[in-house]
Amino acid sequence: MTNPAPVTKGGKTSGTIRFGAVLLAMPLVLWLFLLVILPHIDLLLVSLHERISYGKYEFSLINYIEFFVEPLYWNTYVRTAVMSIMATVLTLVIGFPVSYYIAKMMRGKGKSILFLLCLIPFWVSELVRTFGWMILLRESGVISNFLQWAGIADGPVEMLYNDATIMVGLVYTSMLFMVVPLVSVLDSLDDSLIEAGYDLGGNAFTVTRDIVIPHAMPGIASGCIVVFMLTLGNYLTPNLLGGKDSLWFTEQIYTQFITRFNWESGSAFGFLLLVLSSLIVWFGLKISRQTLSETVG
Amino acid sequence: MADQFDLECRDVVKNFDAFTAVDTISLTIPKGSFFSILGPSGCGKTTLLRMLAGFQAPSSGDILIKGSSVLGVPPNRRPVNMVFQHLALFPMMNVAENVAYGLKRRGVDRATIEHKVNDTLARVGLPDSGPKQINQLSGGQKQRIAIARCLVLEPAVLLLDEPLGALDLKLREHMKVELKQLQNEIGTTFVYITHDQSEALVMSDQVAVMNAGRFEQVGAPQDLYYNPQTAFVAGFVGESNRWQGIVGAMQEDNIAINLPTGGMVLASRSVHPDLAEGQSVDVFVRPEAIAIDGQGKTDNGIQAKVENVLFNGAASSVQVRDAQTGHEMTVALPQTGAFANLRAGDVVNLTWGADQTRCFVRTVKQGVTTQGAVA
Repeated sequence: MTNPAPVTKGGKTSGTIRFGAVLLAMPLVLWLFLLVILPHIDLLLVSLHERISYGKYEFSLINYIEFFVEPLYWNTYVRTAVMSIMATVLTLVIGFPVSYYIAKMMRGKGKSILFLLCLIPFWVSELVRTFGWMILLRESGVISNFLQWAGIADGPVEMLYNDATIMVGLVYTSMLFMVVPLVSVLDSLDDSLIEAGYDLGGNAFTVTRDIVIPHAMPGIASGCIVVFMLTLGNYLTPNLLGGKDSLWFTEQIYTQFITRFNWESGSAFGFLLLVLSSLIVWFGLKISRQTLSETVG
Repeated sequence: MADQFDLECRDVVKNFDAFTAVDTISLTIPKGSFFSILGPSGCGKTTLLRMLAGFQAPSSGDILIKGSSVLGVPPNRRPVNMVFQHLALFPMMNVAENVAYGLKRRGVDRATIEHKVNDTLARVGLPDSGPKQINQLSGGQKQRIAIARCLVLEPAVLLLDEPLGALDLKLREHMKVELKQLQNEIGTTFVYITHDQSEALVMSDQVAVMNAGRFEQVGAPQDLYYNPQTAFVAGFVGESNRWQGIVGAMQEDNIAINLPTGGMVLASRSVHPDLAEGQSVDVFVRPEAIAIDGQGKTDNGIQAKVENVLFNGAASSVQVRDAQTGHEMTVALPQTGAFANLRAGDVVNLTWGADQTRCFVRTVKQGVTTQGAVA
């Protein structure tokens, strides 16, 4: 007779908890659904449409076929992927020693100052930062003028609008996103492991290869994923530093949507970019033997 | 003669800016012995060990391993290996890879590596643990793997930096005995640093007591315990009752030490031939040197009231208060259980021989009170 009371109470409590959990999860669910899933479903549907005449659409794969048939799109796609991978590798190669220095060589105040120095450029918008590079590198820019003044160059030197400049801009823009995870993962490496490596006969190369890099792998993977995705989806830097000839895939998407007002084709390109980044990240995790949960967690 | 010593330090000094961490240390460690450096934290023992391993360079002085100087030799080229405080096993490798690491760095061929790794794992009592991951091991097993990882390289000297510190008490007691046995079997010279006197006393052939960057005394554990040369050693090694006093009248065999609280302690003249009247001294008496209601030597005799009975099996003791001076003392209870029914509030007669009293002259140097040796 008295037994049902606690049961009801228990049921009520868990009901309250469930409602609370739903409420807490709401922003995430809304965000995922409204800003990620819904647009992508729409993108997919639009990309599978073909415009027959004004206001008339039909299901078709023509937008995808067009991509594979037209070498310009195809080339831009591959070029963007290759350049992004190169930018990621370069950022890692430059960022790793920097992070190691900050995390392992510096102590106390010097450490925070160096870390802050990496952060400071990011207080300025990406647009302004990129214009900074343009001021330095353009034909009438600082470096060109200096070279002429020093007598090294006879006339103005144009250093903008080529692949190397795009690469410089991309690496510069991405550096912080590589350094932050690397510093935190290297910080967590016990100094005595490095010392033990030396004590047992290792040298700088073998200790780095066998102890530091395996320990830093989750940080390397997460840094690389972030940098790669940011680079692949970057629009501003390749466009400003590379000019008309930058041939970045996001520019193709922009052109389809805005210039040509061809939403169907633009959607297909957008979807292909998503497939590309997912595939490369998956492949990268496979060869570095990392899992996504390890990398994020 | 030189190759009789596996390790030798000559006037080694290490300064960090104005601070002298290691101050003119000289030591020689004979082949195959277990040498401990015992001292409180911050006494410079870790700095000394890191200099032996090569992670820090001495500011002056020389370090010789097997008779040749290793100054300027980096850690990876020194014939010494170190067991780190937190062991520093590589979590990214399994047990066998950890043990094989040093051999691989030497370019030993694969078959020999496998053979040696299995041999060494068997020697530390973990023959089948090769494929295990580090986090699958218990604390004691990790300990043994850390030692195996060094031993497989057959170092001239094995350095151990408080490796038992992280273990729980029971395991620590067990590992003490095990380490001692292991060292006996393999005959490698061990240099062991610790702040735990029981570890140092139980395991070592020789112990150096270190304080403020200097060696206070180097000797066999028995020596340190029964014949401390300085007040620091007397206070740091083992338990002691401690007073401060002034040297008073000389008697035929004994010296009277007057305590400021009004009491008097007798010390033997033959043990302290150098004491002079009027000197300020620290006085030490071991808790087990004092007899309760006993018949032995009765040079010193006081009446005291039991304040606390600290029962701890064979290591039981009582805290008592001197009825005359109000001084608190600790007295060990005999292991026979003769005073098992002693209770707080009981009054007991305490006696001990004058030869059990140790006095050290207090000296004042540069405004700092330090203890000079009188022996």
